[in-house]
Amino acid sequence: GLGLSQEHHGEQKSDVCDVTLLEAARRDKDPVLREFLRLLALCHTVMVEDRGDQLVYQAASPDEEALVWAARNLGYVFLARTQDSITIRELGRTRTYEVLAMLDFNSDRKRMSVLVRDPQGTIRLYTKGADTVILERLRSRGPTETLTERALDRFAEETLRTLCVASREVSEAEFRAWSRRHREAAVLLQDRAQELDRLYEEMEQNLQLLGATAIEDKLQDGVPETIQLLKLGNIKVWVLTGDKQETAMNIGYACRLLTDDMEILEEKEVSSCPTPPSSHSEILQAYWESNNNLSGPGDAPCSRRLSQQRPETLCHKRAVIISGDFLDKILHTGEVLKEKKGWPWRWLCCGRAEASQDQGGLVEKAFVDLATSCQAVICCRVTPKQKALMVQLVKKHKKAVTLAIGDGANDVNMIKTADIGVGISGLEGLQAVQCSDYALAQFSFLQRLLLVHGRWNYLRICKFLRYFFYKTFAGLLAQVWFAFHSGFTAQPLYEGWFLALYNIFYTAYPVLSVGLLEQDVSAKKSLEFPELYVVGQQDELFNYRVFGVTLLHGVGTSLISFYITLWAFEDHVGTKVVGDYESFSVTVALSALLSVLVEIVLDTQYWTVLSFLMVTASLLLFCLFSFLTQTVDAYRIAPAIFRFPDASWNALTDPFVLLVVLLSLVVNTLPSLTVHAVRAILGRATTQQKIHLKARRAPEAPVELRSHVPRGSFRRSSYAFSHQEGYAGLITRGDSLRARATQAS
Amino acid sequence: QIDYTGTEPSSPCNKCLNVSWDSTPPCTCTINFTLEHSFESNVFMYYGLSNFYQNHRRYVKSRDDSQLNGDNSSLLNPSKECEPYRTNEDKPIAPCGAIANSMFNDTLELYRIDNDTRTPIPLIKKGIAWWTDKNVKFRNPTGDGNNLTALFQGTTKPVNWPKPVYMLDSEPDNNGFINEDFIVWMRTAALPTFRKLYRLIERKNSFQPTLQAGKYSLDIAYNYPVHSFDGRKRMILSTISWMGGKNPFLGIAYITVGSICFFLGVVLLFIHHKYGNRNTSADIPN
Repeated sequence: GLGLSQEHHGEQKSDVCDVTLLEAARRDKDPVLREFLRLLALCHTVMVEDRGDQLVYQAASPDEEALVWAARNLGYVFLARTQDSITIRELGRTRTYEVLAMLDFNSDRKRMSVLVRDPQGTIRLYTKGADTVILERLRSRGPTETLTERALDRFAEETLRTLCVASREVSEAEFRAWSRRHREAAVLLQDRAQELDRLYEEMEQNLQLLGATAIEDKLQDGVPETIQLLKLGNIKVWVLTGDKQETAMNIGYACRLLTDDMEILEEKEVSSCPTPPSSHSEILQAYWESNNNLSGPGDAPCSRRLSQQRPETLCHKRAVIISGDFLDKILHTGEVLKEKKGWPWRWLCCGRAEASQDQGGLVEKAFVDLATSCQAVICCRVTPKQKALMVQLVKKHKKAVTLAIGDGANDVNMIKTADIGVGISGLEGLQAVQCSDYALAQFSFLQRLLLVHGRWNYLRICKFLRYFFYKTFAGLLAQVWFAFHSGFTAQPLYEGWFLALYNIFYTAYPVLSVGLLEQDVSAKKSLEFPELYVVGQQDELFNYRVFGVTLLHGVGTSLISFYITLWAFEDHVGTKVVGDYESFSVTVALSALLSVLVEIVLDTQYWTVLSFLMVTASLLLFCLFSFLTQTVDAYRIAPAIFRFPDASWNALTDPFVLLVVLLSLVVNTLPSLTVHAVRAILGRATTQQKIHLKARRAPEAPVELRSHVPRGSFRRSSYAFSHQEGYAGLITRGDSLRARATQAS
Repeated sequence: QIDYTGTEPSSPCNKCLNVSWDSTPPCTCTINFTLEHSFESNVFMYYGLSNFYQNHRRYVKSRDDSQLNGDNSSLLNPSKECEPYRTNEDKPIAPCGAIANSMFNDTLELYRIDNDTRTPIPLIKKGIAWWTDKNVKFRNPTGDGNNLTALFQGTTKPVNWPKPVYMLDSEPDNNGFINEDFIVWMRTAALPTFRKLYRLIERKNSFQPTLQAGKYSLDIAYNYPVHSFDGRKRMILSTISWMGGKNPFLGIAYITVGSICFFLGVVLLFIHHKYGNRNTSADIPN
């Protein structure tokens, strides 16, 4: 009964509470627990709307709503709020508290309090806030406090967001004195905020700790895992959000984009030239300088700077959090320069008055360089347009493929701008989905989209292209070689029908089945080894080198098929064949076709029934069409169209021709078979190599993790997701209530 | 294999080097040769031409398959592909086209010289063309099969031919378009150096080789000029096994490739033994 409650923030409105906790609350024995729950029901800025049979809570922050819901589920139902009263039902008894003052939240105070007079007339102050601020305002430190702190640590380990709650009784006299000063302060014309803060500070002293709450950010299933995998797959994850910085950061932690061992650079650290130099004050400037002067090796600025300043921090363990306003500055610098308004950026102009024309671009570049050197980038408070500009910025300065994923209408710009746009069909409507290239139901499906299907498709398209080039070269370059022996008279080597059908019917189907179904590793393995994704980022499977090799291979195949046949035919005879043009043509064609088909058989790693059928079908189609176009009847009907009556039959029943075909086939297959064999034996295939690396690296990982654990406190306690201050003001003034009343009437 | 082009002054055929297509009487020459070994089975007699581009595009196209297939309308109105060998003196040429026009027309005869007596060797001129060609691709015009002259009425002979197509042979089933020498010629060669089957020499009985070792003479009616394009003419006698005529290239290539395969096999086996075990555990199963 220590009053430690753990809520699961989410949509579930049913009772999800711990049974023991529920029973304890029902029994109503523990005064601390009673106060704890009462606090949850009283100390918040949630608005309630009574829609007939059910209460609808509207909160500025989901955390608050969650806490109110938790209290409700445990029997303390928040019923109604007026300008100066709150009505709650405590275990069936309805009580109305008079609200004397609301001590609002702001990001400096990191807490909010409410001063209420209960029906008995006692005045109490209820406070909830970040653990640091609450713990230092406690009356005493007893075992309860120690226990709570331990609980807080445990919550933090589970990446829950914690709050401490505390209360104290205020004597009537004390309240009167304070209230008078509060009224005076509230009408001050100057420094009102500071004065109020001071007063609040005075009131929130000598608190008694009631307990702690912990709230889980209910992300979609598998978000942290997905981000983890994407990062392992060498994909940089940037978060562009319209939320406030605290929220963004919390989400960053929740989805493990940020980790506790990361060094987090905030806006002012990135750009704080005018302020006293902090440890990272000039990082961006350093980047900018190095770009501007082109001095030093490319990788220097990052490592040099940081090794000077903080030797133990590695480059890749940094994250940047910036806001939209800052982004605006970066994005608009270029335009401002063009308008000849001078150099607006003080922090960058230190020591550099003369601004060259392309400095705007350099600033952008410097920013992108800095951001890409970080593990995570979070941009908060950005507008939809800025999201798109950000994507554009990366596209402009980095040779990277960008993917934007989002679910809301405000992500549409970004989705449209990015190379790949992914929409999540969620609660926020369908605009994102309608504008996207891919629509997903959940964020976590992104891992399958990228690491499994994305990779497979890359592999497939590469193999498809490679093989398509190969087969065309291999099959048709023989025509060119024939020109050398026919006096360059453009006499076609192949029969017209073979030429026409070669690409469509004889060789296309196996490569189609490869293009549709090829897999090098299974889906499970792909997810297990996200490093395999890097292959695509580095264009390893299809680039100029691969194209060159393919070209050479194709040329080789065509040369071999052609010249083996030529040497065998030149001035030699078979049993029937006497080196005539038709037999020659059929022989070269069959050699090339079989070589090409054997090549795809060797190249296919993932055999399905379809692949087998396709290869078979190609051969059968070759036979069928050869037969049909070379039948005697067809020749009788149109001798000019079906010019090769029985040519294949006559040629291919000659053992001599078959020997020639076999020879070219073997010679053609030998090199690629050897390469395949050597790869298989030595495991030189890149994928295997990577899996090895991973397997070797795997044991080290836990050690590394453990080493991070002791480093300082990593408790994340903050007051909610916070909204800006002012809601309490609205409530106490009654504006919102009145507005609602008029609306209702 | 006997080259009888006659470019060397010592060759008996040197005198005929500059014959024209239709010199009458034909220039004849005789070449004597000796067979070192006897030919046991059926012997095939070929003529071979070199530097003769039968695969030239315009040459290959210069024929009318409909006409050769016995189509009567094409007979009198040959395809335009045959130009400029389509008509002569306003009469359609049968068979039209450059291929037919340049038909090989040397006559070769083989004699065995035994104690100064010349015994002619019987040369069989039928069965040298493909069945398909003889029976499907080439057919005489339809009509009265016994009177080829009437069938070819209204056409004229190719410019270079000494006599019209219906006088190629005395036997009616080897005359006209279905003359086998003609068919063999019309099956164009793929490469500029080629040989074509000319005659067959059949083994008469099983006790005696087809051609015994000894002296022979080849009588040539030299009609076909090749000197103008630096061509060569040859006569080849050859037997044929199940895999065709003598072909050193194929043999050498097979032995070479076989050796390479064996060598590669050994090398890969070695590599497999040395390095293969290292990553058996890391095979990627699908």
